[in-house]
Amino acid sequence: MSHLDRLATLRNAESLPLAALPVIAIDDLHRAMVEAVDGGLRVSALFGDAPSTADGVRLYVVLGDSRTATLHVAKSHLTGDSFPSVTPEVPAAHLFEREIAEQFGVRPEGHPWLKPVRFHASYRPGHDAWGQASGENPVIGVTDYFRVEGEEIHEVAVGPVHAGVIEPGHFRFQCHGEHVFHLEISLGYQHRGAEKTLVGGPNKRTIHTLETVAGDTSIGHATAYCQSVEALADCEVPRRARVLRGIALELERLANHAGDLGALAGDVGFLPTQSYCGRLRGDFLNLTALVCGSRFGRGMVRPGGVMFDVDDDRRRTFIERLDVALRDVTNAAELLWNSASVQARFEETGVVPRESALALGLVGPAARASDVDFDVRRDFPTGVFRSASVPVAIHPDGDVYSRAFIRWMEIQNSVTFIREQLSTLADGSIRADVGPLKTDHVAVSLVEGWRGEICHVALTDGEGRFSRYKIVDPSFHNWSGLAMALRDQQISDFPLCNKSFNLSYCGNDL
Amino acid sequence: MLDVIAARLKQGHRTIGFPAQEPTLPDRFRGLPVIDSSRCREGCRDCAEACPTNAIAIDGGQPRLDLGRCLFCTDCQDACPEEAIRYSTDYRLATRSRGDLVLHGQTLELAKALDEKSRRLFGRSLKLRQVSAAGCNACEADLNVLGTVVFDLGRFGIQFVASPRHADGIVVTGPVSENMRTALLDTYAAVPAPKIVIAVGACAISGGPFIDNPEVHNGCGSLVPVDLFIPGCPPHPITILDGLLRLLGRLEQRPSN
Repeated sequence: MSHLDRLATLRNAESLPLAALPVIAIDDLHRAMVEAVDGGLRVSALFGDAPSTADGVRLYVVLGDSRTATLHVAKSHLTGDSFPSVTPEVPAAHLFEREIAEQFGVRPEGHPWLKPVRFHASYRPGHDAWGQASGENPVIGVTDYFRVEGEEIHEVAVGPVHAGVIEPGHFRFQCHGEHVFHLEISLGYQHRGAEKTLVGGPNKRTIHTLETVAGDTSIGHATAYCQSVEALADCEVPRRARVLRGIALELERLANHAGDLGALAGDVGFLPTQSYCGRLRGDFLNLTALVCGSRFGRGMVRPGGVMFDVDDDRRRTFIERLDVALRDVTNAAELLWNSASVQARFEETGVVPRESALALGLVGPAARASDVDFDVRRDFPTGVFRSASVPVAIHPDGDVYSRAFIRWMEIQNSVTFIREQLSTLADGSIRADVGPLKTDHVAVSLVEGWRGEICHVALTDGEGRFSRYKIVDPSFHNWSGLAMALRDQQISDFPLCNKSFNLSYCGNDL
Repeated sequence: MLDVIAARLKQGHRTIGFPAQEPTLPDRFRGLPVIDSSRCREGCRDCAEACPTNAIAIDGGQPRLDLGRCLFCTDCQDACPEEAIRYSTDYRLATRSRGDLVLHGQTLELAKALDEKSRRLFGRSLKLRQVSAAGCNACEADLNVLGTVVFDLGRFGIQFVASPRHADGIVVTGPVSENMRTALLDTYAAVPAPKIVIAVGACAISGGPFIDNPEVHNGCGSLVPVDLFIPGCPPHPITILDGLLRLLGRLEQRPSN
């Protein structure tokens, strides 16, 4: 019997009684993880929970098998304040284990890079993975940074406050002249306690917290949240609402991808596309506002369905404006692909080989640009994606060019999808009632946000309230991809590489 | 090269006529909330109870709404049995004081211009350093958008700069996480005096959706002196631009609708 068979299985956006969740020894959990990753499965989530101070820490794992659309889940009870780290064998678990160590004061022994993630005090007073006394708070950014020593080696430190209008984070480069040996990314500046505040919910603030976990991914995170709630309440979302959610999700992708093409152009000094795409990003945001009043899709997705409908007049206006936006973005993007000066900077810059992308568990366009054939919309379909497919865009080279071109392919696919869906929009209601949540259950919900796989895991208590709500933003997987992309690059290419990933700081810091 | 010129012609002129022309906003845009308290039922607290950030209190039998906390969601409107609260499409929301954001039957007191001395200094050239202090990247994105050809912030002499040393003030977004407190204070200190502070978005004004989380400071008001409050979650770029221009005395004081 394989180790993986000991785990329970469920599908995306389904729930399971906690009693049906197998409790297995930590060593067996590790064997199952190694077996899973060797067999091509992904670590979608690995997280801790400490239901009461008396009990120890529980670990939960979610492993995704994209070939069978199956999620394997299990938990393990830890005894004491340490557990053997699985990271040496499963590198994709590295940040999850650091997070568990920081949140619950349990030390993954043998972890090669055990540093804080968000620089907050342990959630279990008296238990700290770094031996800090209770009541002593870690200081943001103070940690042991990796250093390269030697003649003419120098260190460049950037952030938390950056030159542009962007979120804060700290980057340290170990350089020899322009040549970067190593980049270390230390985040946590954006930590707002998002996960902790969801415990005890759902309440009137829950959906608003989820919409602002990563404000450029409001639709993605709101959809992931609603899917978990609906799974816990056995709520069937009406067809029309499923379609409108899918359209909103693709609009979010369009706006961000178009904006990224412009920003990438800007980072190589190609001003025409920068200027046009900067404007076009807004045109896609305005399409979202045409539907729901908010450029960021706030208020659109709610448990049970959506809050705003699209009537025939609005649909006509929408399609007209979408077509014009696609025409202009095509014009702007083609300039990029036809300019030798742009290509010279994009090609072979910031390469992440396929093996690294797989080992680190990268997701979304960053993974697909490294030839990783994975997309939640196809592999774990929910909602409208169960009946309508969006082609998965793959590119082989893993460089800035691939990450840029993937976005262009996805822009075209998303526009096609939206047009098709709008032209066949079924009549019907847009919202169903959502009853109380099932007690002592676990639900897993995956969504392909514009940055990649969003994973939410909701655990309910005996009253049907959240006892734990785990959020995995795609950026949590992908930041280490950016660090790898910078190896052996020129430091002057950092902005370009960074933009080619365009990751969320607050989604990581929660 | 010819391709680039051809594309330039195709893409056309995109800069909006604001402030000379009124902006075009979507019909579902949620701007200034309008409360008709004459419709309120005796003892009804539905809107206050529905509000996710407790922006509404019932005071003297009528709702008192704090725009600084408001997420411009529809929860109060949906909860109200009498349709006493609705959102207008009035995008003008910026004020000079925190207290002005609290609506209790009065007309919103829109931001007055800086004093004459400050206007002489900043009126024709205002350089700003943005500090995202745990902002979710929505306020940041809609500040960034002011630099695009659509809004063309540069035509008003306003520009975001890379260093606080080059700046006349800071624009704060986010609820100010404890982990960004020092960086915010350091950045503020690095701006040469006289300097201004602009708080953009519900988070920077009150903590927004993260209000009262122990990890945040409920906005920047307790840490730096704020000269301009621009509410919203996030505020529309036009709302931000309107606020900036009012602060510089470049818009007529028009009454709020």
